Amino acid sequence: MIDRPLISVEGLAKRYPAPGGKPGTTVFENLWFTVHPGEFVCLIGHSGCGKTTILNVMAGLEQASAGTVIADGREVSGPSLDRAMIFQGHALMPWMTVLGNVAFAVRSRQPKWPKARVLEHARRYVELVGLAGAEAKHPAQLSGGMKQRVGIARALAIQPRMLLMDEPFSALDALTRGMLQDEVLRLCRETHQTTFMITHDIDEAILLADRIVLMTNGPGARIAEIVVNTLPRDRTRHEMHRHPHYYRIRNHLLDFLVDRARDFAREAEAGGWDARNPPEVRPGEAEPSLAVRNAAPSMARPTPHTDVA
Amino acid sequence: MAGSPRLRSAVLSAVLLAGLILVWHLATLPAAGSQAVDPEYAKLLGAAAAQGQKSAFPTPAEVGAVLWRHLSNPFYVRGTNDMGIGVQMLHSIGRVMSGYLLAALVAIPLGFLIGMSPLLYRALDPFIQVLKPISPLAWMPLALYTIKDSAVSAIFVIFICSIWPMLLNTAFGVASVRREWLNVARTLEVGPLRTAYAVILPAAAPTIMTGMRISIGIAWLVIVAAEMLVGGTGIGYFVWNEWNNLSIPSIVTAILLIGLVGMALDLALARLAKLVTYAE
Ligand SMILES: Nc1ncnc2c1ncn2[C@@H]1O[C@H](COP(=O)(O)OP(=O)(O)OP(=O)(O)O)[C@@H](O)[C@H]1O
Ligand SMILES: [Mg+2]
Repeated sequence: MIDRPLISVEGLAKRYPAPGGKPGTTVFENLWFTVHPGEFVCLIGHSGCGKTTILNVMAGLEQASAGTVIADGREVSGPSLDRAMIFQGHALMPWMTVLGNVAFAVRSRQPKWPKARVLEHARRYVELVGLAGAEAKHPAQLSGGMKQRVGIARALAIQPRMLLMDEPFSALDALTRGMLQDEVLRLCRETHQTTFMITHDIDEAILLADRIVLMTNGPGARIAEIVVNTLPRDRTRHEMHRHPHYYRIRNHLLDFLVDRARDFAREAEAGGWDARNPPEVRPGEAEPSLAVRNAAPSMARPTPHTDVA
Repeated sequence: MAGSPRLRSAVLSAVLLAGLILVWHLATLPAAGSQAVDPEYAKLLGAAAAQGQKSAFPTPAEVGAVLWRHLSNPFYVRGTNDMGIGVQMLHSIGRVMSGYLLAALVAIPLGFLIGMSPLLYRALDPFIQVLKPISPLAWMPLALYTIKDSAVSAIFVIFICSIWPMLLNTAFGVASVRREWLNVARTLEVGPLRTAYAVILPAAAPTIMTGMRISIGIAWLVIVAAEMLVGGTGIGYFVWNEWNNLSIPSIVTAILLIGLVGMALDLALARLAKLVTYAE
C-alpha cells in the first residue's frame, strides 16, 4: 500500500474536563492510523474506550481535544457528503417511508436532480439491500435488520468516498447479523468502497476487515497495534474458519481483548512501541505458539507513514 | 351480550343520558300543593316563580323547546341585542380563531428559536414563567385601556392565553429532537433551513400539536368570560344577556352548545394531530 491514505488520523485525543475545572478524564490520546482507498478497516476495542467518539470526529460531528483527521488531503472541520455514516442506532426518520429516508439523502447529494430521478435512484438502492416491496413502509413497521438495511441503503445511495459504520450489526440477532455481514461484504467488494467500521465482534472483524486496529481500554486508550488480515480476500463466513490463519488471527485478537487491552501501558513501557507508528502484525502467518504467547516477535515492519499535515 | 364494545358503550351513554334527563324532569316537576313563596323572591324571579307551583329551574321539555326554537332559526339578526344563537356563536368562533392563529403565528416560530438556542431559552424563561400563570382576564382592563376597542381586546385576551402552551410545547419539542436525526442531517450537509422544515418540524410536530390542542381548549374557556366582560356580541354576551332577561332555558341551551362547539374544536385538532404523529 504505497498510495496516499484516504483518511489519516494524526495524534487524535479526547478529554472531558471534570466539573469544577479540574483536569478531567482523557478518553484516548495520541491515536495514529490510516485508511487507504478501497480498504476495509475495523476498529476493535472494549465498550467505553471511545470508539464512537473517534468515528464522530472522523465524520466531523464532534471535535477532538487534540490532533487532526485528514480526509482526502484536507483537514476534517465538519461533516461532509464524502463521508457517509451508518449509525449505532439506525437513526432513520420515523415519519418518512423507507424510500423517503433514502430519497432524503439522495436529494441532499443531488439537489438539482428532478424528483423522479431522485426517487428512481433511491429505489435502486432500496432494491440493492433487498428491501424491494417495502419502499412505502415506515421504519416502525420494519424489523431491526430491515431498519439497518435502510440505513445502509441511505449511506450507499449518496455514493460516498468513505463509509463510516458504528457497530451497525450489534443490535441484531446472530442470523440476521450474518446475512447483513455477507451483504455488506459483497457491496463493499463490488464497489471497492473504502470503509471504516467499529465493532467488538472478533469474527465480524476477521470476515470483513483487511486490517484490524486494536484499541486498548480507556481511560487514556491507545492504538496498541494493527492486525493485517492474511486470510484470502474471497473468504466467506462459512469457509474462513477452515483456513489455517483463521484461528491464529482469532486467538491473537481474543488474547488482546482479554488480557493485553487492559495492561497495555506496561507492555508499551517495556519499549519498542511507538504511538505514531503502531506496529502492524501478521499473526496469521506466525508460528501458532508465538502468536498466542507473545506478539512482539511477530511484529512486521511498520507501514511507512505518509505525513500529510 | 351481543354487540361490539363500542356499541355497548354507546348504548350505556344513551341510557345515562336518558337517566339524567329523567332525574332532571322529576326534580323540576311542579310541586304538589301550593307552596308559600317569599314575595321578595317572587318579585325577583318574575311570573314563573310567582305561580308557586312551578320550579324556577326549567324542565327538560322547556329547554328542549327553546333549544329547538334557537336551532330552527340560528342565523337571524334583528338588532344589536337580538341575534340568532348561531350568529353569536360564529362571532365567538371568529374571535377565538383570530386570537389563536395570531398566537400560533408568534408562538411557533418563537418556540422554534427558543428550542434551538439554550441561551435564548434561559434568557426568556423567567419572563415566560411570570407571564404564564396570569389569568388572561387580568389583562382585560389593560387591553381595553390601551387598545380602546372591545372586540380587539377580546381577541388580545385570547391571544395572550393561547400563546403559552404553544410556545412552551414548541420549544420543548424542538429542543428534544433526537440528536441522531440532527446528525444524519449534518452528515448529509443539509442546510439549516431544510433541516428546520424537513427534520426538526416533523420531529417536533406531535409535541407542537399537543400544545395547540391545549391552547384551543383554554381559548374556548376564556372567550365566554371575556365576552361577558366586553359585551356586544358573542356567545358569552348571549349568556349574559339571557341572564339579564332571566331566560334560564336559553342559558342552558347556550351552555350545551358551548360544550358541543368546544368538543368539535378539540376533535378537529385531534384529527390534525393524528396526521403528524409517527410511531417510532
Ligand atoms: N460528556 C461527557 N463527559 C465525560 N465523559 C464522557 C462524555 N461523553 C462521553 N464520555 C466518555 O467517553 C467515553 C467514550 O465514549 P464512546 O461512546 O465513544 O464509547 P464507545 O467505545 O463507542 O463505547 P460502546 O462500545 O459502548 O459504544 C466513555 O467512557 C464515556 O464515559
Ligand atoms: Mg459506541
